[in-house]
Formats: sequence, C-alpha cells, structure tokens
Amino acid sequence: MDVAIIGIGIHPFGRTEGVTGLEQGVHAAREALKDVGLDWNDMEFAYGGSSAAGNADSMVSKLGLTGLQFINVSNGCATGGSALQSAYMAIQSGMFDIGMAVGFDKHPRGAFTVNPEASGLGKWYGDIGMALTPQFFGMKIQRYMHEYDISEDTLIRVAVKNFKNGAKNPNAWRRNAFSYDDVAQSQMVCHPLRKYMFCSPAEGGCAMILCRADKAKQYTSNPVFLKAVAVKTRQFGSFEVFSQSQALERAPAPTVQASTAAFEMAGIGPEDIDVAQLQDTESGAEIMHMAENGFCADGDQEKWLREGHTEIDGKLPVNTDGGCLANGEPVGASGLRQVYEICLQLRGEAGERQVPNDPKTGYTHVYGAPGLSGVTIMAA
Amino acid sequence: MPSIADQIPIAEGLFTWPSNDPRLIGSKCNDCGTVTFPAQSGCPACCGENTEPIELERKGKLWTWTIQGFLPNRPPYEGPETPETFEPFGVGYVELPNQVRVETRIQTEDIAKLRIGMEMDLVVEKYIERDGKDIIAYFFRPADES
Repeated sequence: MDVAIIGIGIHPFGRTEGVTGLEQGVHAAREALKDVGLDWNDMEFAYGGSSAAGNADSMVSKLGLTGLQFINVSNGCATGGSALQSAYMAIQSGMFDIGMAVGFDKHPRGAFTVNPEASGLGKWYGDIGMALTPQFFGMKIQRYMHEYDISEDTLIRVAVKNFKNGAKNPNAWRRNAFSYDDVAQSQMVCHPLRKYMFCSPAEGGCAMILCRADKAKQYTSNPVFLKAVAVKTRQFGSFEVFSQSQALERAPAPTVQASTAAFEMAGIGPEDIDVAQLQDTESGAEIMHMAENGFCADGDQEKWLREGHTEIDGKLPVNTDGGCLANGEPVGASGLRQVYEICLQLRGEAGERQVPNDPKTGYTHVYGAPGLSGVTIMAA
Repeated sequence: MPSIADQIPIAEGLFTWPSNDPRLIGSKCNDCGTVTFPAQSGCPACCGENTEPIELERKGKLWTWTIQGFLPNRPPYEGPETPETFEPFGVGYVELPNQVRVETRIQTEDIAKLRIGMEMDLVVEKYIERDGKDIIAYFFRPADES
C-alpha cells in the first residue's frame, strides 16, 4: 500500500510572542486541512509530537473532539520524522485510509538545556559542563576536517548559502542573508564552529495529511508520494552526542543506516534525487551529512561547496528553505518542515526559491540526540 | 592540603579515590574485550552481561577537541564561574591505547595549543567547593604541562 501526502500546513518558524507552541501546531493542522479542502472530522487518526511545548494530543480540545486515535510521539530531534513514519505505517498496514502527522514546539532562548540523567548519564556529566550538544558538533566536525582535509571556508559557505535561501522563504525565522565575512567573523562558539554557523532552538508548527496512494487523486491533483521512510538509532562504534566514551573501532553513523535503508526501500539511488533537506544543526553537520547520506564522497564537500553544487540552481540543491540555520529548530516540527519544503518543491510552489527544471524526487534527513536519524524519500 | 575526608569525588566509581595515583575506572567485557567508560554491567558491543571493572591507562592522545565558548546553562552546570569571570575551556576525547576514547574536560594554560594527536595525562583534582568540601573530578592535561 503506497502512501501519499495530500495536504501540508505550517506555522511560521522563529519567535511568535503570545502564541503557545500548541496553538502553532493547531494553526499548522488547520492550514494542512485547508490545503487539501478537508475537515478535522475527516481524519481517522493523528500522530503528533512536541519536546517542550506540551502533549500534542491536547490539540483535540481546539481542533474538535471527534474521538479519533491520537498518539503522542516523543523521539528527540526525530520527533517530527517519527510522527510521519508512524502515520505512514498506520496507512500502509491497511488499518486506516487517511490521517495527520503534526509537530510543534516552543523552546526557551539560548542553547538547549539538557537533563543528563534523563539521557542515562551521570549527574556529574552536567555538573562538569559536558552535557552540551554544541560541544559534540564541534568535536565531530573537528575530527572530520582533520581526516578529510576540509577547511573553514566550506563551513562558512554552507552558512552563507542557507541564510541566503532563508531570505527567500516567507516562513523562515532568519530572513537576512549574511555575507561571507559576517559568518567568518562571528563569535567562536565551539571551535571550529562560529555563531552564524549554528541554528538556535526556536518555535513553529508543521502538519501533513496522508492517505492511501490509490485514493489520493480523489482529494488533490498534486499528491506527493512517500517512497521510503526509515528511522535508525546508533550502533556500536559510531560517534554520537553525549558519549562519555567511544569505542576504538569505528562504525557508520545512524544516518548512513537510515539512508541506505531508505534508498533500498525506494529502489533508487542518491544520483536520482533532485532536491534534498539535510539536517544542518550547524554548518559542519550539513557537510558530514552530504557524505553520510551518500550524495558525495568524504572530502568532496570542499569542491561541492566551492562550485555551488548545493545551491538552488546546482546539481543537488540542499536546504532550499534555509534549513535549520535560517528556520531554527523547534524539535517537534523540524523534521516535518523539511518534508513541507520538499512537497512545495515537487508541487512547483516554492516561489522565489523554486528549484528549476521541475524536480521529481526529494529527500529529507534529520539527525539528533542521542544518536538517531530519520530519512524520507518522496516523488511527485 | 585539605584532608581526604574533605575531598569528595564528583561521582562514585568514576576513578579510584582516595589514591596517590588515581585511575579512571572502566569496564571490560570478558566475552569480546570491549572497554567502556564509565564502568557498566552490559556490553554495548556484544550485548552480553559479563563485564568487570578495570583501571584505565593514565596517558593517551587527543583524538578530537573543541572549546566551550560560552557559560553553560545552570542547571545542570555547577562550575564556579560567573558570566563576568567565565573563560572558555577545552573539551575533548583522549584515546587510551588499546582501551577506549574517554570524553574529558581539558586543563591547559593555553587553549590555543590544542591539536589532534597531542599527548595527554590524566589529572584528578579539585573542581569546585560544595558545602565546605572539595569536589574532586578528573581532567586531562597536555603532557608537556605535567
């Protein structure tokens, strides 16, 4: 049973004073229903998630108490992707014909505050100042740059590109392009990563309506088909956030596993993808994820960025909506925002940032604590 | 010198204490040989439950590093700095030969000299004071500063 995305909705990302995270989720849900011309009581089920803005199932008080199956999803940075995967499985199993995946969040300003004990770590780990995700990102790209001869120039180019794309996205948080020098001279946060190379925790909501592919045309003339959805967690030997120690032997990252599984499921390869959204928690992540997802060899990123291959008019546009850098990261909504952007691109509705030549296939990828990754492959 | 009674490890079981030559305590799997830190009962490599505590090497090489450039959020952070006195500090993974890579704060006089591959030594020393007692933690320091 194939699955189609027939309606998409978003609440602008960034900071919206006076509007709760939950209300942003409700807004996104209504926008998705409006997009396809359906009502909330047409939904047979929903999967929803938020990491810091309350229980997603309480949305029903505002959307309507229709008695549908609503399941809360909590899966770190892959919360949105996991809600989508759950909705996909619910339809694929044959149990339901139509339903919603929704995510929202509203995080306090500043770096994420981590409770080490909730992540299975000793309290001492936080006491001493190591329970900070930016440190992991700094250390992972530091090693990667050393092994594959990547220079700071490439880190800067990723940030410049994503903020440039964000400036063309009316739903993005950061809508100002930064110059190369702005990024290069911004404050060092966790060496080698600077302030304008990082995304920030933020707010936003996003929702998708999914249905059986064979019924999609009843509802819309432009369905987007989910060809693959995969979520994987870390295996022994991969280098992950919040690891008090690491094995001497190395294993592929969870992204590699999720990507491989997704390509196998879709029956296509990286060379067949026309547009991609790759987790760019910071510039280094996008660089490593280009290779981990199979789009280029380790070390080729230097050349790819210099030659503009990941620009909107390049051979593989990456993070056309500005990515996490320009949108910020409301954890529950972030993965769905990537899917929203791919749907716009495949529908030809991405406006100023539309990828040329009628893209037919798209790819999304999230990665996050404590070492998990979610990938989707979509086709028009 | 404060008496041993006034010195408390930041967590039980992280390193041997009291000791004149403290060592980090890891665990080794008797089935597959995998070493982890801190010690744990299950083996993350072979999924077995046959591990035993071992003392880890006190010298190793810096495998990767970063510099924490802003004052971490409290909680959970308990370092003594204020926003005014905060100085960036080093964090890294030190590879202990034939054992494991350990995540650690780095004590150094000059964070600008951190390089992948540099020789590092374990130090166990006072981190903060709490309730009139010294809280003892582990760090690694460039070997040329030891």
